[in-house]
Amino acid sequence: MMPWKDVCSSDDLQPDSGVCALVAGQQVAVFYRVKEQAVYAIHNYDPIGKANVLSRGMIGDVKGEPVVASPLYKQHFSLKTGVCIEDEQISVPVYPVRLHNGRVEIQVALSNNGEMKTSIHEEASV
Amino acid sequence: MSTKKSLVVIGNGMVGQHFLASLVASQCKDSYHITTFCEEPRAAYDRVHLSSFFSGKTAADLALADEDFFANNDITLHLGDKAANIDRNNKTVTSAKGLTIAYDTLVLATGSYPFVPPVPGHDRPNCLVYRTIEDLEAMASAAKTSKVGVVVGGGLLGLEAAKALTDLGLETHVVEFAPRLMAVQLDEGGGAMLRRKVEALGLQVHTGKNTTLITDGEQCVNKMCFADGEELETDIVLFSAGIRPRDDIARSCGLDVGPRGGIVIDNQCKTSDPAIYAIGECALWNGMIYGLVAPGYSMARTVVADLAGEEGSFTGADMSTKLKLMGVDVASIGDAHAKSQGALVYTYQNGASEVYKRLVVSQDKKQLLGAVLVGEVSGYGTLLQYCLNGIELPENPDSLILPPRGDESVGLGPDALPMSAQICSCYDVSKGAICQAIEAGAITLGALKAQTKAATGCGGCGALLKSVMDCELTKHGIAVSTDLCEHFPYTRQDLYNLVVVEQIKTFNDLLETHGKGSGCDICKPAIGSILASYWNEYVLAKEHLGLQDTNDTFLANMQKDGTYSVVPRITGGEISPDMLIALGQVGKKYQLYTKITGGQRVDLFGARVDQLPHIWKELIDAGFESGHAYGKSLRTVKSCVGSSWCRYGVDDSVGLAIELENRYKGLRSPHKLKFAVSGCTRECAEAQSKDVGVIATENGWNLYVCGNGGMKPRHADLFATGLDKETLIKYIDRFLIFYVRTAARLQRTSVWMENMEGGLDYLKSVVIDDKLGLCGQLEQQMTYVIDTYQCEWKTTIEDENKLKRFRHFINSDQPDDNVVFVEERGQIRPADEEERKHFKIMEVA
Ligand SMILES: Cc1cc2nc3c(=O)[nH]c(=O)nc-3n(C[C@H](O)[C@H](O)[C@H](O)COP(=O)(O)OP(=O)(O)OC[C@H]3O[C@@H](n4cnc5c(N)ncnc54)[C@H](O)[C@@H]3O)c2cc1C
Ligand code: SF4
Ligand code: FES
Repeated sequence: MMPWKDVCSSDDLQPDSGVCALVAGQQVAVFYRVKEQAVYAIHNYDPIGKANVLSRGMIGDVKGEPVVASPLYKQHFSLKTGVCIEDEQISVPVYPVRLHNGRVEIQVALSNNGEMKTSIHEEASV
Repeated sequence: MSTKKSLVVIGNGMVGQHFLASLVASQCKDSYHITTFCEEPRAAYDRVHLSSFFSGKTAADLALADEDFFANNDITLHLGDKAANIDRNNKTVTSAKGLTIAYDTLVLATGSYPFVPPVPGHDRPNCLVYRTIEDLEAMASAAKTSKVGVVVGGGLLGLEAAKALTDLGLETHVVEFAPRLMAVQLDEGGGAMLRRKVEALGLQVHTGKNTTLITDGEQCVNKMCFADGEELETDIVLFSAGIRPRDDIARSCGLDVGPRGGIVIDNQCKTSDPAIYAIGECALWNGMIYGLVAPGYSMARTVVADLAGEEGSFTGADMSTKLKLMGVDVASIGDAHAKSQGALVYTYQNGASEVYKRLVVSQDKKQLLGAVLVGEVSGYGTLLQYCLNGIELPENPDSLILPPRGDESVGLGPDALPMSAQICSCYDVSKGAICQAIEAGAITLGALKAQTKAATGCGGCGALLKSVMDCELTKHGIAVSTDLCEHFPYTRQDLYNLVVVEQIKTFNDLLETHGKGSGCDICKPAIGSILASYWNEYVLAKEHLGLQDTNDTFLANMQKDGTYSVVPRITGGEISPDMLIALGQVGKKYQLYTKITGGQRVDLFGARVDQLPHIWKELIDAGFESGHAYGKSLRTVKSCVGSSWCRYGVDDSVGLAIELENRYKGLRSPHKLKFAVSGCTRECAEAQSKDVGVIATENGWNLYVCGNGGMKPRHADLFATGLDKETLIKYIDRFLIFYVRTAARLQRTSVWMENMEGGLDYLKSVVIDDKLGLCGQLEQQMTYVIDTYQCEWKTTIEDENKLKRFRHFINSDQPDDNVVFVEERGQIRPADEEERKHFKIMEVA
């Protein structure tokens, strides 16, 4: 099993909003829903707007599915599956994430979608 | 090359113009060379709304055609030239200035003139009439040296003229020969009720008075003597004793005219000479002269149809009217006097609330023949439809005029109307045409009006139009869901009221009590905005942070590559060289792309999220504050240089612009708001394209509202004129908060107003006349917002905790490596995809 990587303190999360973390060279958007006490992690890159901005989108739900709305052109991406609600052909990578002892931890594999740039960051962030 | 025939129109009044407009819109537009003679010094204008000239409308505002209409359609317009003679044998028209034009087809649209009874002294000084813009100018200038005014004639027009005299500040009397006011339209009871109401407004009414002489007055310019021996001193005498068709030119060339005047026409509007048509108020059809604009329009369309070889005939018109006279609602439908054989009458009179209603029905009580309504006319649309379409009356017809008992509904659902039912008589729009427009996608009141023109004439059919629309939409299952989104089954206005009534302070409280789910990017910013407008708390406070749109969360505008632009406030566009230098230094230090915006300030682009607090710290230290360019809130108050420098300036537009911008900065609203102030009517600041526009005039500030540029530009409407600064600000305060309270999500002021039942007039009645009794509250709310203003950037950079968010990564200080700039024209811009790939290869290499 892939190891959990420590990312930040759970206090660093923004209630009902997102932050961006650098994990193993990947930009990961981490969202925190207060009422559900739930955290979600998806890639920060908006494949439609072509910029690293999803962590700055607004979160909510569409017919019960937790989503983030792209701050650029407002498409919705599922926080659970990464699939774009407006166009199911498009999706962003999703990562396992958990709150553990007051810390946020994420599992990041080397995916084809995310650009793996260097492995130096990986070492550095541990 | 001219195979075209020559068509000449005599008279460019309302009907003549409608004829031209219909003709050039028809297929036979290319068959004619069109020439029109216009006796007046200006092309056709809206005579129906002539009185609005006194409330600030200019001749240009009232114009019916835009300036280029004639040129664009190849119509030769002879302004200020009267057709003097028609030679029917040679088919020519000769004008007063000596032009002779040959015609194949001639259209007479000469209108009518005000009848002045031949009383001795009727031509004395200050004896005036009420028909043209020149008449009104004469009235306004006479009023300057007058104290008392008398209107001769208590009909529709007479009462309108009396209102104008009252507004000009004169002690006003109405002298009527008949025993009651509006004798043509109203029965005795209705006339009496109307009289009581207008007297309560300060008008003095004298009925049953026959004027025999006008002579020198002692205290006033004139003295009127009546047959009963009484006298009345007055400065101005305004005749409004009916109209007479202008048929002299027809008469002198031998066309048939009626015994009491009027050019005789048939069902195709042809006169006794088949090459000549007559339309509008000069025409006599079936022994009738129609003194209203709708029948004239219908005649004009009949002629166009005839010229195009299409079916079409004029077969009479309905003379029902609904209007507001001196603030009193009055309506008359069909046979108001119960002259029909066997007619039965129902009357309802409520002395306490000053309402009078009368129904005239057929002997078998199945058909509505006529009605009179005074004081309360909401049933007009329904009753008119019963009458026009012969719809069978309910079992107890009186239920139509009695106040509703319990919850029974008395209105005639629009469903009951046949498709052929005419909803708007001004533009002859049927229910069928409205339904078609709805099918084609016009599903808001504003869109329907634009599409069909319904309710854009006299406006009388507005309420009916709305109910037809609502009913059709519901039927189509376009279920007019006004819910904000799936999380809140309420409109924005409902939610605003809930916040106010239940004093709700956070989104979560509202969601818990009135919503479901966890919200979305529709309801969150909408409610964030409501909370901000009402409570005006710091938008990045913990409980509000998640509600803000991206731009608001970082107090800057996100650009396509995820970087931000920074716009400090430059009130009124006024900036000192030092401040300009400070701004330039910040731009230079952070290598930002700089551009001057349309709102007269400077936009700095290309700031990464982590740079924002540093940039703002420097800007604030230099004396700048947030420009709220990121928010749905007041953006800028643009101004021209005004009287301080400009040779033409009438008042200090820059000073006012700065004051307004400082007053309203930070106010969160359903959509962005733009203002402008011009120092004179040359309008260099383009105030008439703004949500709120102010123009200086010799008499004070003129206020315009609900304009906008953008995708669908809209000219602002004149709202009030000649205001002092205090009143101006009061009106703007009220206007803004009323908008903030009642508009839909992301609805600009223009659409908000257009969708409002009653439109501009209603808005005026709320803001100026305080019809809803709300103004106190509105002003109080504005005062609160102003008192609690804070520069959000200042608050933010002073709070360590808040600053934590202004990093690209929560766990690293690296910047976003996807942000890449290239140089263009000496400044940066985001790299495009190709350039970016290239850049990455270089970086790796
Ligand atoms: C104050 C006021 C309020 C009104 N309110 C209403 C209302 O609420 N509802 C309603 O339906 N109607 C209303 N009316 C009536 C409405 O304005 C008329 O029915 C309408 O203007 C008739 O149009 P027309 O073209 O026949 O006549 P006009 O608009 O009078 O146009 C005739 C034109 O022909 C010109 N003319 C005449 N002879 C010649 C010639 N020989 N050569 C060249 N030009 C010539 C005249 O100068 C004039 O400009 C109102 C009228 C007034 C004055
Ligand atoms: S609007 Fe008038 S005052 Fe302002 S700049 Fe133009 S001409 Fe001068
Ligand atoms: S009836 Fe006059 S605008 Fe429709």
